[in-house]
Amino acid sequence: MFKNFMSWIEYRMPFMEKMNLHVLQYPAPKNFNFWYFFGSLAMLVLVNQILTGIWLTMNFVPTAEGAFASVEYIMRDVDYGWLLRYMHSTGASAFFVVVYLHMLRGMMYGSYQKPRELLWIFGMLIFLVLMAEAFMGYLLPWGQMSFWGAQVIISIFGVIPVIGDDLTLWIRGDYVISGATLNRFFALHVIALPLVLVVLVFLHIIALHEVGSNNPDGIDVKRPNDGQKIEDNVSDKFTFHEYFTKGGKKIIVDAIPFHPYYTVKDIVGVVGFLFIFCWVIFFAPEGGGFFLEPPNFEPANPMKTPDHIAPVWYFTPFYAILRAVPDQLFGAIFMFLAILFLALLPWLDRCPVRSVRYRSTLHKLNLANFVISFVILGILGVLPATPTYTLLAQIFSFTYFAYFGLLWFYSKNEKTKPLPVRLS
Amino acid sequence: MSNAPVDHGRRRFLTIATSVVGGVGAIGAAVPFIASWNPSEKAKQAGAAVTADISKLEDGQLIRVEWRGKPVWIVKRTPAMLESLSKVVDKLRDPASEEPQQPDYAKNDHRSKKPEIFVAVGICTHLGCSPTYLMKDFDAQVEGIPSGFFCPCHGSTYDMAGRVFSGVPAPKNLMIPPYMFVDDTTILIGEDEGTA
Amino acid sequence: MIRTLFTVLALVASSAAMAAAPAVHLDKAPIDLTDKESLQRGARMFQNYCLGCHQMQYQRYSRTFRDLGIPDDIGMETLGFTANKVGDHIKNAAPKADLANWFGAAPPDLTNVARVRGPDWLYTYLRTFYADPSRPFGVNNEVFPMVGMPHVLQELQGIPYKATETRLVDGVPTEVDVGIKTDGSGELSTEEYDRAVADLVNYLEYTGEPSKLESRSLGIKVLIFLGIFFIFAFLLKKEYWRDVH
Repeated sequence: MFKNFMSWIEYRMPFMEKMNLHVLQYPAPKNFNFWYFFGSLAMLVLVNQILTGIWLTMNFVPTAEGAFASVEYIMRDVDYGWLLRYMHSTGASAFFVVVYLHMLRGMMYGSYQKPRELLWIFGMLIFLVLMAEAFMGYLLPWGQMSFWGAQVIISIFGVIPVIGDDLTLWIRGDYVISGATLNRFFALHVIALPLVLVVLVFLHIIALHEVGSNNPDGIDVKRPNDGQKIEDNVSDKFTFHEYFTKGGKKIIVDAIPFHPYYTVKDIVGVVGFLFIFCWVIFFAPEGGGFFLEPPNFEPANPMKTPDHIAPVWYFTPFYAILRAVPDQLFGAIFMFLAILFLALLPWLDRCPVRSVRYRSTLHKLNLANFVISFVILGILGVLPATPTYTLLAQIFSFTYFAYFGLLWFYSKNEKTKPLPVRLS
Repeated sequence: MSNAPVDHGRRRFLTIATSVVGGVGAIGAAVPFIASWNPSEKAKQAGAAVTADISKLEDGQLIRVEWRGKPVWIVKRTPAMLESLSKVVDKLRDPASEEPQQPDYAKNDHRSKKPEIFVAVGICTHLGCSPTYLMKDFDAQVEGIPSGFFCPCHGSTYDMAGRVFSGVPAPKNLMIPPYMFVDDTTILIGEDEGTA
Repeated sequence: MIRTLFTVLALVASSAAMAAAPAVHLDKAPIDLTDKESLQRGARMFQNYCLGCHQMQYQRYSRTFRDLGIPDDIGMETLGFTANKVGDHIKNAAPKADLANWFGAAPPDLTNVARVRGPDWLYTYLRTFYADPSRPFGVNNEVFPMVGMPHVLQELQGIPYKATETRLVDGVPTEVDVGIKTDGSGELSTEEYDRAVADLVNYLEYTGEPSKLESRSLGIKVLIFLGIFFIFAFLLKKEYWRDVH
């Protein structure tokens, strides 16, 4: 009965065929480590954001008069409203934690290198849309930080020559941030950008499955079928979708089917992640004042700026670069370049070896330099711009960009270690 | 790769156990989403019991009180009206109020706590219009009965205890809300001795 | 190179902590959200001394009564001066424009004040008013200099003043600040006053996040559940991965 039903479906829409292709019989390298949890975790957080977001819109009032009070209404009057709101606000920060670690994984193991350039580009687009999504979402509670954070970030567009002032006016739809801005940000935040995000995630995964997953060793798990016998050949043991063996021209040597091996492994990662995530939600939803900032518990007041304003923590590395440059226009340009260079990594890195495991000491140090620069810039972006901090921000902005310059310079003739033949 | 044989029993047990625990987790995670659709504190406070002063209510008069956004009628029935209740019994669909359209204390001939004071939700049980109170002109609808309720939307008729007549679209008697007498001249609608 | 960078990182982090610290030392507020009696006393303090000018426009009387274990009818009698119904928000009828004129700024809503300022700030603020004849209301404040608010709790604390003592500093007699003392004209002793302020701050901490206790008790259950789930998930993973290793 069930079998008949399934074949009725299968004839009209190849459901199991696609499940086999993308999940059940997708060959994943067998040596994924801790760093490979963050892709599936990003998906989990996306689902969390969409679900809690839909539920929050059921009670949120997107007007300047009603927004703040409606958030308090959700927190106090709606059954479990506080939980849905904390899941969403903590989820926003968790999204960036997970995505930053996911990107770092890609940088460590050279996952952006040929043939995964397009995969990386889709990832960078997801990152950009995610930043826009988070920025617009942060305006919605209509607290002091919502208002003034948005004020500062929208003003960045004002430094563009000639059209800057008109552009900021157009974005706000008013002379200051107002109900008009709130309305359009709400529309984009709940409908437009999530749609774009979901489409980009879909393309990201399609692109991934076409070229196959990279792995910590950065070597291929498939090899051309030259008729030679391979010891310990996993193809004898596991079933893979024939799409990946391309009509017998390729042999999969060191991969395992995604299901059940990585589904059960990802459940472990998911539960571990949820443990930390729920701990924050239930015991420290403000995230020490970084996830929900104290001034945001005061309604927006266009007459009074809080003593110290900074963007939410996930924007601060880029914000620190913006402030480090004395000229406003160039500050904005450098901030833009900081993201553009990341997107250009597949072409800046000219080394044929992918994984940091087999690359030169210089590259390892350079990667450490990048991580440290990024973290310190993040800390500096939270702090007030005193002369000392500005100097530090300038130094670490320099080291941040130096990563890309140095990488381009040394990667052409890098002294790498010999690659293994099989996955370790 | 180890060559130890696969322990299928252990594997099946762990798969089922993890699925069950995960299923419990999924149900638990659904709770806040489902519970958030309950009436909020605001709705509950707005739907709280309301008091009505009946000291100035005259014989035969109907007053309307809003409770949970719905009109609640309070009618002071005259002796003639009470008498008419027994005359219409054979023309009614549910003369003994078998359907649970009222608290137990209103499941009697006059469908009320005190015979003369009638309290009901003024919403037709057919499609939700509010019927008209015909104090004197009801015999145009039911011959020989001077007073009753007539729904202008689809012509449903109710007697002076809110009982529906046979042969009209409305399926049930009018709803009686929970209520109690705080004192002789004050009614609390929405709460009774059982819930307070 | 990495070590140098880490040194710099530590330096930045420590100076960050310094930059975040306010100029005045804040006393730790003895917060205990499970102490219902303290919360009830705090609620009474709020109704008697704060509600004249400040509101709690997001908190309902009924919520305060329920969470603090006060029956509705008793609550309405003893605390609900400004309420028509038990479900009303804790608001006052004070004319906002006049208040803004009298005090230089409209008194802020206090529902979330503990989340904006932090309980330690509030606890210190309410205990560091001191006499200053140059100010319109004759008082100034240590943690909120030039504050527009008068010292509303003066009848409880007495008239506070900045006490100084003459001490030898490097062999020179110098006037040294020794904190704030009171002239003793208040109804409460210093310890009782501190306790009363602690109750009030406790209540404000509660109204900032009424769901906090519920959140904690639910959180423990969720974490225990996830711990159990983790064991099963981990064993399942190990079992399947025997195929691979």
